[in-house]
Amino acid sequence: MADSAPATAEKLPKDLAAEKGLVNVQVDDTWIQVPSGTRMIEVCKMAEKEVPHYCYHTKLSSPGNCRMCLVQMGMPSRPAPGESPSYEDDGYQQISWMPRPVIACANTVAENMGIRTTGDLVEECRNGVMEFLLINHPLDCPICDQAGECGLQEFSVEHGRGSSRFEEMKVKKPKNVEIGPRIRLDDERCIMCSRCIRFMDEVADDSVLGFIDRGTHTKLTVHPGRRLDSNYSLNTADICPVGALTSNDFRFQMRVWFLKETKSIDVNCGTGCNTVIWTRGNEIFRVTPRENNEVNSSWMPDSHRLNFHYLHSETRLGDPFVKTGAKHEVSDWPSATSKAAEGLNRFKGEEVAVIGSGRMTNEELYLLRRLSDTLETDLLSLVPRLGESDGKLISADRNPNTSGAKLIWASKNPYAKLETIRQGVAEGKIKALIVFYEDLLADAQFEANDLANLEFLVSNHILTNGTAKASHVVLPGAGFAEKRGSLVNITGRLQRLNQAISPPPGAMDDWEIIRDLIKALEPEVPSRYLLEEVFAEIAEEVDEFEELNLSKITDLGIPIMKTGESIPLLESEKNRITAGEIVG
Amino acid sequence: MPKVTYIEGKEPDERERRLIFRNIDRKGWNPSLKKYLSDGGYKALKKSLQMEPGEVTQEVKQSGLRGRGGAGFPTGVKWGFIPPGNKKPVYLICNCDESEPGTFKDRYIVHQDPHQLIEGMVISCFAVGAKLAYIYIREEFPEAARIVENAIKEARKAGFLGEKICGSDFSCEFYIHRGAGAYICGEETGLIESLEGKRPYPRIKPPYFPAAMGLYMCPTIVNNVETLCHVKHIIEMGGESYAEIGTPRNTGTRIICVSGDVQKPGYYEIEVGKMTMGELLNDVCGGPLEGRTFKAVIPGGSSAKILRCSDTYNVSCPPGTDKREITFDEIPLDFDTMAACGSMAGSGGVIVMDDSRRMSWVLNNINEFYAHESCGQCTPCREGSTWMKKITDRLVAGKASPADLDTLESVAYQIDGKTICAFGEACSWPVEGMIDKFRDELLTDTAEDHPAATRNPEQKAQRRYLKGVGAQVGSP
Repeated sequence: MADSAPATAEKLPKDLAAEKGLVNVQVDDTWIQVPSGTRMIEVCKMAEKEVPHYCYHTKLSSPGNCRMCLVQMGMPSRPAPGESPSYEDDGYQQISWMPRPVIACANTVAENMGIRTTGDLVEECRNGVMEFLLINHPLDCPICDQAGECGLQEFSVEHGRGSSRFEEMKVKKPKNVEIGPRIRLDDERCIMCSRCIRFMDEVADDSVLGFIDRGTHTKLTVHPGRRLDSNYSLNTADICPVGALTSNDFRFQMRVWFLKETKSIDVNCGTGCNTVIWTRGNEIFRVTPRENNEVNSSWMPDSHRLNFHYLHSETRLGDPFVKTGAKHEVSDWPSATSKAAEGLNRFKGEEVAVIGSGRMTNEELYLLRRLSDTLETDLLSLVPRLGESDGKLISADRNPNTSGAKLIWASKNPYAKLETIRQGVAEGKIKALIVFYEDLLADAQFEANDLANLEFLVSNHILTNGTAKASHVVLPGAGFAEKRGSLVNITGRLQRLNQAISPPPGAMDDWEIIRDLIKALEPEVPSRYLLEEVFAEIAEEVDEFEELNLSKITDLGIPIMKTGESIPLLESEKNRITAGEIVG
Repeated sequence: MPKVTYIEGKEPDERERRLIFRNIDRKGWNPSLKKYLSDGGYKALKKSLQMEPGEVTQEVKQSGLRGRGGAGFPTGVKWGFIPPGNKKPVYLICNCDESEPGTFKDRYIVHQDPHQLIEGMVISCFAVGAKLAYIYIREEFPEAARIVENAIKEARKAGFLGEKICGSDFSCEFYIHRGAGAYICGEETGLIESLEGKRPYPRIKPPYFPAAMGLYMCPTIVNNVETLCHVKHIIEMGGESYAEIGTPRNTGTRIICVSGDVQKPGYYEIEVGKMTMGELLNDVCGGPLEGRTFKAVIPGGSSAKILRCSDTYNVSCPPGTDKREITFDEIPLDFDTMAACGSMAGSGGVIVMDDSRRMSWVLNNINEFYAHESCGQCTPCREGSTWMKKITDRLVAGKASPADLDTLESVAYQIDGKTICAFGEACSWPVEGMIDKFRDELLTDTAEDHPAATRNPEQKAQRRYLKGVGAQVGSP
């Protein structure tokens, strides 16, 4: 050990780090450089050391109440007055370790700090906390929905005891409490980490949850006269590390370890929340948000995540239909496609219009435009779907791909021609109509009579509806979870939809339906076999897509255009990160 | 100053030195401003207003005053923690949530001598630059709240509080805040949360050190009632001469509250470190009850570790000298020696137990209190305090096995040092101390094979198995 700084002019590690605006931290005997002021738990993550925790969540404030993340901390001892600090041969100061453990979640690092995530003290802390968390826990894993993704199960493998030392009566608390329309509470399972309370306070802006009573009798509950009825309530079940808060929708439906996870995105509004679709066989069991700090942070609205049940609806269209006389008859794809082509070929370009949907993928929208080119019509429009922004994640534009349509159709307003088409249909100028994904009666204010007066109507749907009933040819398509493709959200971020399940046996992927229609109308166009080929055509044509392909989009998407739009929830989150309230 | 006479039967002991308690039980005394002024009240305030705020803090630092709430932290140093260049308002809070079992000193001040507290607080506000101060009075002192409220009105009317105090440029306002009956509100950050209208969940430190981020995230000084009263006397006599009272590093006087099995329980104001345990219990308090002997003493409120009267202690006494063996009677009543003996001076609540007391009952009584008062915020204390209580429940009922004592002890150590606030220590130290000093006696209350003690099926199976092995080994 050297008494003072090495005599050579070599720079000390602290100076080298300081030049980069970093500090040196020793994690389990290994030195790493991290930004000053980083939380210890994040530093451990960077050093690839696991620190078990329950209450800590990067998007919420840190109350430090679970005590699971206790680690040992050390700092160089302060030199006596008048003495300069001494450095070891490796250029670091000797660390003197504190006898008391500290929480890694709320403490920040400083130069030459040491962290031990292993060792007797740390183990003793974790084992102790683990034991305390379990003594009053009902241990009802066999009937608990959280089993398989439970923080208690996870950490008790490493830090728990094989048997319990607790010989007393457990504390009794309310069970199976419906605290909101979508959430159920089991207070006995609750470990009082307060994540749900903080989420409702800090993110959902609806302080409706709180603790009552004290000590071991502390209970989570809703405020008197209130219910947990926020449109973000299901996020509390996501972040609940145990089975205290569970989703009514998913409750008792399936063991999570049987479920397959598919990363995808939400198509209920322009935000395009990143999601995971949980499936078994060909059935969706739940949709949960997936972290993307540029889109939805870690959250998503209840109304959006629960909007998947219609895919398994009884009114789902399972086969193509062709109308003969006044009756629809089940058909097959080759004859339905050629029937549609035959029907359309009878009309001149200006007599035909094409209506697509802002819910369609870039690839589908591209092919739809090619279809309108083939039909020599410029009457091509989307159906607008406007609502109000909720000031968080739901955008006013309820179509998920308006931005994509703008790019691919090279149009400032892809909704512009809808009114012309509606009038044309009413006046009888438009005789044939192709509709994709939209019910013109319910969503585009078309009159039933006008539709009935059309000479030829081809439509694509997932469920039966008025437009389908009026159609001469009905082509059943695929839902958001049943197809691949790309969409561009309101901020101009290109994101990928992935296929979690297959469409019903008689239905088809929408891009293939449009491709086949084009081919039937114009047999000389080169065949397209893969979705990737369609994307390549887009990349050729649209500047923003240049040099991209579906793989390059990655799970988190890439920004391809500037729209000037922002997502309100992310803005408030940024402010909280700047204020140091959350890690982010 | 006029000579002080006291109500008959309540005269102080001649070994006491009454500074803070000068007017307690005083003949003809009442809590009015008129009485206080006739006794030379608010002179220290006027004196302090002639000084610079920094000078006042300097006097307090020089006096060596240590907090009387329990932790014994130097008051002047605490005041110095307000960040330099602070632009936010500074708050002063008087902690009148005296709830440590065995402690009953602050209640006499607020009931009988509220102006002493107000004077000390105005001086302290002046020193730390606080324009607003709160007196947090516990729910259980309704009369005190009324008296202090009245005293604040009187002081405001007389110009000792409010705008331009005593004609100076300094203005300051006081408010009373009533607690709702929770021990944890005495913890300074829990108290601040309570004052903000929330559940009194103590805050994590770091980052929420009150002196930097306290009430409404502004610098806040929280001091005990007795501590704030001492400030008045420090200014009156000067920090240096105050420091001559008591012993070095343990200066001034402090009020010792003696309860339990002594002839004369009560409050006694003594010079810190000048009196020993033996003098206090045998001379001042008149010794044990008829036919009894002292068995154990909890020296600083119920959360302090128990001391055995028959033990000897190997400590440096007086502090700074070489270690030597001293008997229990020789322990001086100061902060440092008490800590060296393995306990703490705490809040000055001396609880005395004689040989009639059963330690398992004593421990269970303490555990019950802490299990009831745990706020429930952090895991070890929330779950552990009640677990310990449940074990001692069985111990008292004779339904615990010796192994339960080991479990009890390890639960205490699993809490100690791992919680957000000092409540973890408060609830685990009594258990640790009791098992350390009285394991033999506690063991006599256990029953090896009581059915209630072995409900754990795995332990049961293990025992059955071991019995079987024993039988086989024993059989020919």
